[in-house]
Amino acid sequence: MLDKRMLGVARGVARYLAWALGFGWLVSLGTVFQAKYLALAIDGVFLAGKDLAQLWPWLKLALLFMIVRALGQWLSSVWAVRAAVQVKDSLRSRLLGRLVSLGPLYVRGEKEGELLNLLTAGVDALEEYFARYLPQLALAAIVPLTLLLFIFPVDYVSGIIVLVTVPLIPLFMILIGKMADHKAKQQWQTLSRMSGHFLDVLKGLATLKLFGRSRDQSRVIARISDEFRVETLAVLRVAFLSALVLEFLATISTALVAVSLGLRLVENRLSFVDAFFLLQIIPEVYLPLRQLGSSFHTAMSGVNAAEKIFALLADGSVSPKLQADGKGREEPPFVLDSIEVEFRQVTFAYAGESSGSQGGPGPLALDRVSFSLCSGQKTALVGPSGAGKSSVVNLLLKYAEPADGEILINGRPLAGLTRDEWYRHVAVVAQHPSLFSASVRANIALGDRASGEEEIRRAARLAGAEEFIARLPQGYETVVGEGGVRLSGGQAQRIALARAFLKNAPLLILDEPTAGLDVFAEEQIEEALAQLCRGRTVLVIAHRLSTVEGADRILVLDRGKIVEAGRHQELYARQALYYRLIREARGGI
Amino acid sequence: MGALRRLLLLLLPNLPGLSGALFFAFCTVAGNIGLMATSAYLISRAALHPPILDLMVAIVGVRFFGISRGLWRYGERYFSHDVTFRSLARLRVAFFKALEPLAPARLLSYHSGDLFSRIIADVEREQYFFLRVLLPPVVALTVLVVYTLFLSFFAPSLAGVFIFFFLLAGLGLPLLVDLVLQNTARRLVTLKGTYQSRLAELFRGLGDVLVYGEMEAQQALLRLLNREILNLETRGARYVGLGSALNGLLMNLALWSVLVVAIPLVGSGKLNGVYVAMLALGTVSAFEAVLPLPGWGQHLRESKAAAERLAEIMGAEASDRQGSESEAGAQKKINAFGGAPSLVFEELYFRYAPEQPWVLTDVSCTLPPGSKIALIGPSGAGKSTMVHLLLRFWDYERGRITLNGQDLREFAPDEVRKLFSVVSQDTHLFHATIRENLLLAKLTADQAELERAAMKAKLHEFIAGLPEGYDTYVGEEGFKLSGGQRQRLAIARALLRDAPILVLDEATSGLDAEQEKAVLQEIFELFAGKTIIMITHHVLGLPETDRILVLQEGSVVEEGTPGELWQKNGLYRRMVERGL
Repeated sequence: MLDKRMLGVARGVARYLAWALGFGWLVSLGTVFQAKYLALAIDGVFLAGKDLAQLWPWLKLALLFMIVRALGQWLSSVWAVRAAVQVKDSLRSRLLGRLVSLGPLYVRGEKEGELLNLLTAGVDALEEYFARYLPQLALAAIVPLTLLLFIFPVDYVSGIIVLVTVPLIPLFMILIGKMADHKAKQQWQTLSRMSGHFLDVLKGLATLKLFGRSRDQSRVIARISDEFRVETLAVLRVAFLSALVLEFLATISTALVAVSLGLRLVENRLSFVDAFFLLQIIPEVYLPLRQLGSSFHTAMSGVNAAEKIFALLADGSVSPKLQADGKGREEPPFVLDSIEVEFRQVTFAYAGESSGSQGGPGPLALDRVSFSLCSGQKTALVGPSGAGKSSVVNLLLKYAEPADGEILINGRPLAGLTRDEWYRHVAVVAQHPSLFSASVRANIALGDRASGEEEIRRAARLAGAEEFIARLPQGYETVVGEGGVRLSGGQAQRIALARAFLKNAPLLILDEPTAGLDVFAEEQIEEALAQLCRGRTVLVIAHRLSTVEGADRILVLDRGKIVEAGRHQELYARQALYYRLIREARGGI
Repeated sequence: MGALRRLLLLLLPNLPGLSGALFFAFCTVAGNIGLMATSAYLISRAALHPPILDLMVAIVGVRFFGISRGLWRYGERYFSHDVTFRSLARLRVAFFKALEPLAPARLLSYHSGDLFSRIIADVEREQYFFLRVLLPPVVALTVLVVYTLFLSFFAPSLAGVFIFFFLLAGLGLPLLVDLVLQNTARRLVTLKGTYQSRLAELFRGLGDVLVYGEMEAQQALLRLLNREILNLETRGARYVGLGSALNGLLMNLALWSVLVVAIPLVGSGKLNGVYVAMLALGTVSAFEAVLPLPGWGQHLRESKAAAERLAEIMGAEASDRQGSESEAGAQKKINAFGGAPSLVFEELYFRYAPEQPWVLTDVSCTLPPGSKIALIGPSGAGKSTMVHLLLRFWDYERGRITLNGQDLREFAPDEVRKLFSVVSQDTHLFHATIRENLLLAKLTADQAELERAAMKAKLHEFIAGLPEGYDTYVGEEGFKLSGGQRQRLAIARALLRDAPILVLDEATSGLDAEQEKAVLQEIFELFAGKTIIMITHHVLGLPETDRILVLQEGSVVEEGTPGELWQKNGLYRRMVERGL
């Protein structure tokens, strides 16, 4: 199967592939000459009665071409692999760049596993296609033609037999392939159903056990596996026909040629040298086709992965504006000391569940929301889950674009700023702090490797992290994250706070930073949080009562709309949604 | 090697399949040798211009081999797949039987579905055990023996030459390549693991990476890692390519050497010249049997590693099972009780293994029949462990739990579990119909009973509205139920089961306080008269309970009615005050 986009990728490594083909072609030439000199040598000993010394020249030449073949084969594979590696490298970095520009909303959550797999195993699956299938496909055309060029002058009868049978192979392969392909797909479905069932039972083992039903399951597993085997073999019985036909055509042609050669030799219409030469060459004509058949299926799994890769690279679900680099702008660099934010009639909806097939927008997450974050003030967002709190943050961080309305930063539209320009002014402490496999120091100085020792220590001190860092085995040099020292939720959160202290940005976004912590851990970081908020414009998604009470202003969101706004006492006195939320929070006491 | 031996034992019961696969695999290679050898012989004989009739045997031979090879290949494919599928089925069953007694307590420590996907992948990997690990060397060995016998019929020295090159190509070269590659392969595995985990870190922290301007550094790091991986892969591929080129060269060298040995033999009259071409081509063809061997070491290692991982999960776990459920000596059946039994924790201590810290220390509490009790506390405080002990997933070490005054350990685990219905946040829905998922709780229930339960759980209307009603497939690949619907299905199950004690294990997490309270209230009404044990790590939305146990680090730190605890001004009150 040749895919247009795959060929597009192949064009980038055309030079490598050309070398691979060149050496592959050399191999087939080597085959021809090896066969020729071997035929001469055997003719010499068998019919002319020559001895070893007389035959040495032929034998030496045969040996030489054997070595040429081996070298050619090796070099061909080396170049093919080089092509594949090049393709993998470029696709990986293109994919990574693409994912970064799609942003956190796209990458996080359910899709994470799938995307990880695509970037690693998915890209690896292309290797077989470029390193093996593609060169073999070309060689399957070149080699038989080359060999025919040598066969015809020697014996046109054999040439015709080959010429007739060789095209039959792809023909039958396609015919049976079509039939078997459909069946093979069915078979893969049954296979995945089978594994799915096994997985289902394993995952539900606890449930089964509670209902006292787990022991019967081994019988069910045996039964389903057996059904699967019978079903699959029925399918494979057809699929294996292609192997049968492939072998059959190759061997029957060899047999036909051999018999016809033998008959004509008896009548002296052909020399032994020519006949034996042909007998050696004929099977080689079919070899590339047979190899192509064997690499076909692994190559196809690469094609499947490629589908997904190309779909992702072409996925238009993020508006180009988000990726705009703001080129051509002549305004002075964007630097602000204090930040004021205004949401003006902002409407937003997440893309539908499957962004590929049915990219329609979902229900509105924000519906004509207007509010301002005043400079130096702390604004809290509250509301039931699903009210749109996270959407406000996602828009403010440029992870997504409003469908309608505008966000203004000190009067300038946020849409006109690049991510880099904007992010210089923002610090975020999220619910789940991210740690990277690096030292504590590097984790605090994230993105700011130039910061000095003193500054880092000061940030850690302000975040209340100094004490536990000192107790880590290598202090600031201790490697944390996966494979390193595990930090508790509270400790990780303090690293994140230190990060924000170090960045010292005018706008601070707190996305429920204490939600995942238990009461004790929370108490410990609250003071640091208060310190961090001082003198900045702060937007906090509130989860706990204490954070709300200290806010300058509270916005109450419900189903995508701001339903109330004001200070704690005012809102509480109104006895509306806010009041209910607070009452609920206090356990009705 | 123990793990691999187990795989072999799984293959053995299918002796006809095994011998069929082996026979056809051998015939496939032998058929090729036969075709090339008889063809060469035919040509050689023909070159001597005998009467045509003399060639008939050779011609028939050529035709036979020419036609039959496809059939041999077909048979080989068919039988080897049959063997593979049968052994996989046996592996699944054997694995499940070993795993079943460990669940769920032992498996809980692994927690994620990750483990299960790994198990599936490992079981699947073993489908190559027969095809790529077992079959090729056996076929190669058979070909070696048979063709050596054939050659020694003409001249022992020819057989010697053949054995030398065949072993070199089939054994020496693969070993050498494997030796060279092993190190690269090992480093590749680690590097790929690092790449993947760095990538996962980047994905998870992408927000912070962007906002804090760390993107370039991260991308550079990944690019570097990727380059290193690709360099190693290139190097590996170079060796593999060299290996297969040398393999071809050895095959040709064998042919060449056979000629060099045969030529003087012909000269001295010890070998008839008519056979030389046949021996040459036959020798080359025999090397088809060693073609799959260069990858053999890699396949063996992969099979072995997968088998060992599986064995580790079933075997090693079984060896230190002292804490987990033991059926022996616990045969006592529970007599029909009138209503719910009373449960008492008496100074209970529990840990997973003697060398590990206590998970529960000195826990005492009483659950009279029909009482409503809530276990609260931060995650990891031991709430779920208390319930697992009640369900006899584990046995405790010190202190005891009594059921109507008798030690819980005296009852068979299955008997104890009959007393409980569990509604938990991760209720598993099987990929089966809704009906089957409900019937799990009570096999004998009829449609009316199912509907009654579904109605009470406020699920019936929804089910009736589905195109196939109670026969709609749900679960991972079926109709997706929302969190709330799953919960209601779990409640319907519990209603059907009608056990005297209901356990709610974080059953309503994911709801906000208002909804949670309503749902719990509803459950309390549906299960009026039963003992209810609730586990939760947030206190909001708790309906009227008789008692609250506040756990922290395995101990009960507060206990009492909600009112009492509020007065105490302790952890409970702080949790209440701080929530939103």
